[in-house]
Amino acid sequence: MATELVPSGHPTTLPPANGSFWGRLPVLKQLRQSVGLQRGMLVAGLAITALFLLVAAFAPLIAPYGFAQLRDDSGPFGAQQPPSATHIMGTTVGGYDVFSRVIWGTQTAVLVIVVAVVFSIFIGILLGLVSGYIGGWLDRVLVVIGDAVYAFPSLLLAIVLSIVISGGQSSLWGGIFAAALSITVVFIPQYYRVIRAETIRIKAEPYVESAKMLGASAPRIMFRHVLRNATRTLPIIFTLNSSEALLTLAGLGFLGFGIEPTAAAEWGYDLNKALSDVTSGIWWTALYPGLAIVLAVLGITLVGESLNDLADPRLRARRRVKARATTATTTATAAAAAPDTTTEEKS
Amino acid sequence: MTTGLLPSDATSPVAPARRSAGGGLGRYLLVRFLLIFPTIFILVTLVFLLMRTIGDPITAAQGGRLTADQLAERISAAGYDRPVFVQYVEYLGQIFTGNFGNTISDNRPVTEVLLTYGGATLELAFYALIVAFIVGIPLGMLAASLRDRAPDAFLRIFAILCYATPVFFAGLLLKLVFSVWLQWLPVAGRASTRTELAMQTLPNKTGIYLIDSIMLGSPTAIGDVLSHAVLPGIALGLLTAGVFLRLVRTNVIGTLGTDYVDAARSRGVSEFRLVRKHAYRPALIPIITVIGLQIALLLGGAVLTETTFEWKGLGFQLAGYLAARDFVAVQGIVALLAVFVALTNFVVDVIAAVIDPRVRY
Repeated sequence: MATELVPSGHPTTLPPANGSFWGRLPVLKQLRQSVGLQRGMLVAGLAITALFLLVAAFAPLIAPYGFAQLRDDSGPFGAQQPPSATHIMGTTVGGYDVFSRVIWGTQTAVLVIVVAVVFSIFIGILLGLVSGYIGGWLDRVLVVIGDAVYAFPSLLLAIVLSIVISGGQSSLWGGIFAAALSITVVFIPQYYRVIRAETIRIKAEPYVESAKMLGASAPRIMFRHVLRNATRTLPIIFTLNSSEALLTLAGLGFLGFGIEPTAAAEWGYDLNKALSDVTSGIWWTALYPGLAIVLAVLGITLVGESLNDLADPRLRARRRVKARATTATTTATAAAAAPDTTTEEKS
Repeated sequence: MTTGLLPSDATSPVAPARRSAGGGLGRYLLVRFLLIFPTIFILVTLVFLLMRTIGDPITAAQGGRLTADQLAERISAAGYDRPVFVQYVEYLGQIFTGNFGNTISDNRPVTEVLLTYGGATLELAFYALIVAFIVGIPLGMLAASLRDRAPDAFLRIFAILCYATPVFFAGLLLKLVFSVWLQWLPVAGRASTRTELAMQTLPNKTGIYLIDSIMLGSPTAIGDVLSHAVLPGIALGLLTAGVFLRLVRTNVIGTLGTDYVDAARSRGVSEFRLVRKHAYRPALIPIITVIGLQIALLLGGAVLTETTFEWKGLGFQLAGYLAARDFVAVQGIVALLAVFVALTNFVVDVIAAVIDPRVRY
């Protein structure tokens, strides 16, 4: 490994010096430094994720019917109708159009992911920074609490929280916030751990010391000096958590703690209703919402996995020996980017 | 720590080295053991406080069905009209004596529910772990030895798919194909009615059907139990198999880059033998650590798998109590599971520390 590096690479966390604005954006940088299979996985993941987001954005244009629509001009849809020209994925036991609900479901999923991840990033980063920087008994207490919550089955915690937040059932935004907040509490410890570890490491760096010497206040050091350098693993956790958020949402929905079908389309709920269909050989009500979950999670996970691999020098695919001369510089900057991350553990 | 001992100086330095390592291990185990209590305390407190923010459980369970007077009477009979702090102290005291409360919907002690159905969940988790080991570890080694080639790419996609597929969707698909279309395997349940009845007659039944059917001594009963276990075991096991595959691959690749593997390679050991003999053992240690975290994931997955396959375990009961809005039962089961997870994590950490000296910090 070391023989392939040009010794001029930065030993610290700085992005490559030649990077323009685009070159420094988290995902684009990795896209440039990836090769072969890893690039394929990253590109495939990005493509699926982009498709997912596009479908969510244009759901009203794509879906032929509303998610809670039971009839059109020619009468009711009918329950459990097999796929046909008017309902290309058939209808559910409740008489909804499967295709429309699959499409509308992307919106719900995106909303939940965004709310959940934004909340947990903010709270997790804040707690991690404060606890890592200040240390002392506060740090110890938070670590024990964080570890306790982290070790807990996340779905069970999410169930408890969704009971607390919404009593189990609710409207679109109520349901989305219930699901998102349940997921948030589960994820905060993950961000907290990572940021705390980074903060403790960075706290000892000379530039923090000199900032202290110059009389910078603790919040200023935390946010300007520490946080800036502690966030490099966040895109990885962010993507891996998004996929977990999706799965938790679907799990909650499957157990009947999701969002009411008239409030929004939610894939887990549809799969729950499809449970009895499967026994009588009706496949379309289960297959399509399930595939939608798999595809969305797959896309996001591919991105996260690729970022994770690219951040880990042991796993980063290397170009063939022949091409080494031309690519030595890119490998060097890439290797400077990051050591191991701890995101493997739970996902 | 004196872990850098060479195997050659086996005689004299062993005794002091072992003593120091033993002391480190002892202290680590003690600290780790004491850590269980705050963990359990935090989780139980968390669950208690969260569940109590929605009000008293009796109104939640039977709000619409009883008159206001009846409700008030039952609430005060159960003591839910007292200050939350008093209830909390009482709750902690009860838990300390192993009493997790009675369910509201069918008035059974939560511990009894656990004893009746816990075995089924354990059995399911056991099958899932077997599937995960059989699928995950060899495939992970294969992927590592064929790194960056087509099979590796395929296996990595497979691992991600394992993770990306919700257990209940995997379960539904398996059910559709193997039970409904091909009719090879039963649709749901843990055993057919006849086997269940036969096992009821056993004097000391365990609730773990595999053991019960073996005690029954009838090959058809054993076959029946196993055939019911195949699909749920695979559905839940694949989730963990993907994690194992990735982990084994990552770690084998890591060890393949170490000096001692290079040394073996320079002696002419074949790549395949390198993976099988040299690189895979150290790669298994992280697996043990990860199993601890997987227990939590498995329990969450078990709730979903049990619902999919009507596997009458704790998760199935939990889903039922959730639907009945019996939050005392939910609180009890969740708290008990938290205790269980904390204990298994302790055991896993102990095993990891015994195997790998580096763990004892």
